[in-house]
Amino acid sequence: MTSLSAAALLIDPPAVSPLKVDSLVKRFGTVTAIEGISLELRPGECFGLLGPNGAGKSTLIRTIAGRVIPDAGRVAVFGSAAGSREARAALGWVPQDLALYPRLSAEENLRSFGRYNGIRGKALDDSVSWCLHWAALEDRAGHLTRTLSGGMKRRLNMAAGLICHPRLVLMDEPTVGVDPQSRNRIFEMIEALRAQGMTVIYTTHYMEEAERLCDRIAIVDHGRIVALGTAEELVRASFNSRSVVAIRFAGAGDGLTAWAGQHSGRLTGSAAQFTVEHPGDVGPLLDSAAQAGLEIADLALRKPNLESVFLHLTGKELRD
Amino acid sequence: MILPIVRTAVIALRRDRAALALSFVLPVAFFSIFASIFGRSGGNSTPKIAVIVVDQDRSQASSDLLKALERDGSLEVRTAPPAKKNSKERPADYTSATAEAAVKAGDVPVALIVPSGFGAHPISFGNDSNAPQIEMLNDSSDPIAPQMVTGLLQKAAMTAMPAVMAEQGMKYTERYIGAFTAEQRKQMNANLEAMRQIEERNSTQEQGTSGFGGIVAVHARPVVGENKNNPMISFYAAGIGVMFLLFTASGSAGSLLDEAESGALDRVLSSRITMTGLLAGKLTFNTLLAFVQLTVMFLWGRAVFKLDFFNHIPGFVVMGLSTAFAVAAFGMLLASVCHTRAQLGALSTLLILVMSAVGGSMFPRYFMPQAMQKAGLWTINAWAIDGFTKVFWRDQPVSALWPQVAVLVASGAVLFVLARRLARRWEYA
Repeated sequence: MTSLSAAALLIDPPAVSPLKVDSLVKRFGTVTAIEGISLELRPGECFGLLGPNGAGKSTLIRTIAGRVIPDAGRVAVFGSAAGSREARAALGWVPQDLALYPRLSAEENLRSFGRYNGIRGKALDDSVSWCLHWAALEDRAGHLTRTLSGGMKRRLNMAAGLICHPRLVLMDEPTVGVDPQSRNRIFEMIEALRAQGMTVIYTTHYMEEAERLCDRIAIVDHGRIVALGTAEELVRASFNSRSVVAIRFAGAGDGLTAWAGQHSGRLTGSAAQFTVEHPGDVGPLLDSAAQAGLEIADLALRKPNLESVFLHLTGKELRD
Repeated sequence: MILPIVRTAVIALRRDRAALALSFVLPVAFFSIFASIFGRSGGNSTPKIAVIVVDQDRSQASSDLLKALERDGSLEVRTAPPAKKNSKERPADYTSATAEAAVKAGDVPVALIVPSGFGAHPISFGNDSNAPQIEMLNDSSDPIAPQMVTGLLQKAAMTAMPAVMAEQGMKYTERYIGAFTAEQRKQMNANLEAMRQIEERNSTQEQGTSGFGGIVAVHARPVVGENKNNPMISFYAAGIGVMFLLFTASGSAGSLLDEAESGALDRVLSSRITMTGLLAGKLTFNTLLAFVQLTVMFLWGRAVFKLDFFNHIPGFVVMGLSTAFAVAAFGMLLASVCHTRAQLGALSTLLILVMSAVGGSMFPRYFMPQAMQKAGLWTINAWAIDGFTKVFWRDQPVSALWPQVAVLVASGAVLFVLARRLARRWEYA
C-alpha cells in the first residue's frame, strides 16, 4: 500500500458507536428472519456474526445497509439511521453475491461504483489505485471481470465495497466459494484493514474464520443472538475448562439416543459429543458404551472451539 | 448522478457485441427487406375510405351524385370539417382550398371537387373537352384510395360501361320512336367507336391520369408527394425502426433484471444513487441508444433508398427524440413488470409484435379497418409513424408535429412513472 493511500484510509476513533442495533425484528411473511437482535460495535473492532445458512446474518447485514426495512427496532450507523444519506456515506458493503458488472473490467467496475458514491477526479484515481493494490489486482485492472478467477472476483467484490473510504465495512460471507489460497489472501486483506482501525462486521459460517479475524463474535441462530463475546469467552462460558469428546458410532438407533442422554451428550445422527473435566474420564465413558452394545467407529478428544460452542448452544452442527 | 449510469451502460453495451450487432444490423436488414418488397406496392384490403366532397355546382345532378356517394358503404363522405367540441355551430363546408389543405395534412386521402356547370353535362360521353370535369385531389402515399374513389364515383353516377349503355339506349330509341337516318347512324357509330377506344385506352392506363375515367369525367391531381420518388421508404424506415427500437429498449432495460439478480442493484442502491436516479440514468441511456439507432436507420434509407434525409433534419430530430423517449420508457416499464429475463423476452416479443402490427409498423394503417385504425392510436408505433410521415412525406414544419410529440412525450412520462412505481419492489425488502 502506498503511504498516501494508507494515510487516506487511516481511521480516527469515532466519538459515537460505529453501529448500534436495538431490538431489531424482521419478518418475511410467516418467517421471522430477525427476532429481537441488539448489539453495539466498538470503534475499530472486527465483529463476527457466526451462524449457519438461514440464521438471519445476511438479513441483519442488509438491514444495516438500509436495504431491508425492519418491522421493529432501530439501527444507527455512527448515530444516523440506517439507509440515511449519512449512514450510506459511512458504510461500505461487500454483499455475499458477486455484485459486479461482468462486462466491465476490474478498474471500470471500481470507477463506476466510485462515481456512484460521488467520488470524482484525482480522489477517484487514488481510490481505484488503492483498491486494486489492496485486492492484489493491479495486474488485472484491465481484464474483464467475467474473465477473472473466482478468488479474484471475490477480491474485486470486496474492493468495490471499499471504494468509498467507508468507516464501517459490512462483509457478508466474503470467502464463499473460494479456494484456501484465495481465502488466505482475503484474510490478509481484512487484517490490513483492521491494522488501519477500520470497523468491520464479518459474517461467516466458518468458525476458523471467525476465530482468526474477529475480536468479538455473536453466534446467531434462528434470528437471535444466542451468545456474544470473544472466542475465549464463548468457549469458557459453555465449557469452562472441560474438554470435548466426540464419538462417532457405527450405527444409530434408540439405544444410542438413550445412552447419550444418560451421559448428557448431544447426539447428531450417529455422532455424539460429551464434555469431560479430565482426559481420564474418557475411559469410563467408553466402557459404558461397550456395555450398552454400541460399536465405536471414531473418537477424538480436543479442546472445545466455536463449533463445539455452537453445537452446545443450539444442539446442531454449524454447517447444518 | 445520471452521467455515471450512462457511462457504465455504454461500456457494458460495447462489450456485448452480439447485442450491439443486433441493435443496428438487424433493423437495417429488416427495413431493407420490407422496403424492397413493399416499397412500390400497397395492400389489397378495402377499408372505408374517407373522402371530402366539395359541391361547387349546387345543382340537382351534383346533389344526387353526393347523395349516391354518401349511400355507399365503402365511403365516409365529408362535406364539412368535424364540429369542434362544445360548439353547436356547424363548421363551414369545405372549399377547394380547405379540401386540398386537408388532403395535404393527411386528414383524408382523397377530395372530390364537383365544379360549377357539372349539372349541365353530368354524363361524359366521349371527348367533350368543354364538359366540366370533377377534380380528384389525392395523396399519392395512398395508392389504393384514389382508385377506390374513382370506381365508386362511376358506380354512384351509374355504371362503368357508357358505350354499352348508349348503344342500348339507341336501340330502344329506334324501336319506339323510329329508325335513325343513315347520316345519324354513321355519326353515332363513330361516337360509339371513339367511346370504346377511350374505354380501352383507360383500361391500360394507370389510374390518376386526366381524361375520361368512366361515365363521369374525372381529373386526378396529386397534392402530396407528387415530387417524391417513393412514398413507402420513409414509412418503412419509421415503421420498422420503431418496432426494433421497442425490442432494443426492452432488452436494454432488462439490464435492471440482470443487476437485480447479480446483487449489483443492491450495491448501487446502497450508494448515493437513488432508484429514481438509477431509472432516470437508464432511461437517458436507452433514449440516446434508440435515437442513434433511428439515425442509422434513416441514414441507411438515404444511402440506399434515396430517402430525402438531409432536408428534414429538424423534424427528424424532434420526432426521433420523442419516439426514442417513449420507447425507452416503454422498455423500462416492461423490465419493471417482469421478474426474469425470460419473462421479459416473452412479454416484450408479444407486446411489441402486436403493437407493431396494430400500430402500422408492418403495413400502413390506412389499409386497416376503421376499428383497427383507432386501436392503433393506443400504440407508440402509430404516433411515431404519423409524425415521421408528416416530416418526410408531407413536408410539414416542426410546429405541425406537436400532437405526435405531445402524445409520445406524455406517454413516455406516464410509462416512466409507472415503471418507477413498480420498481419499488427492488428498493427495500
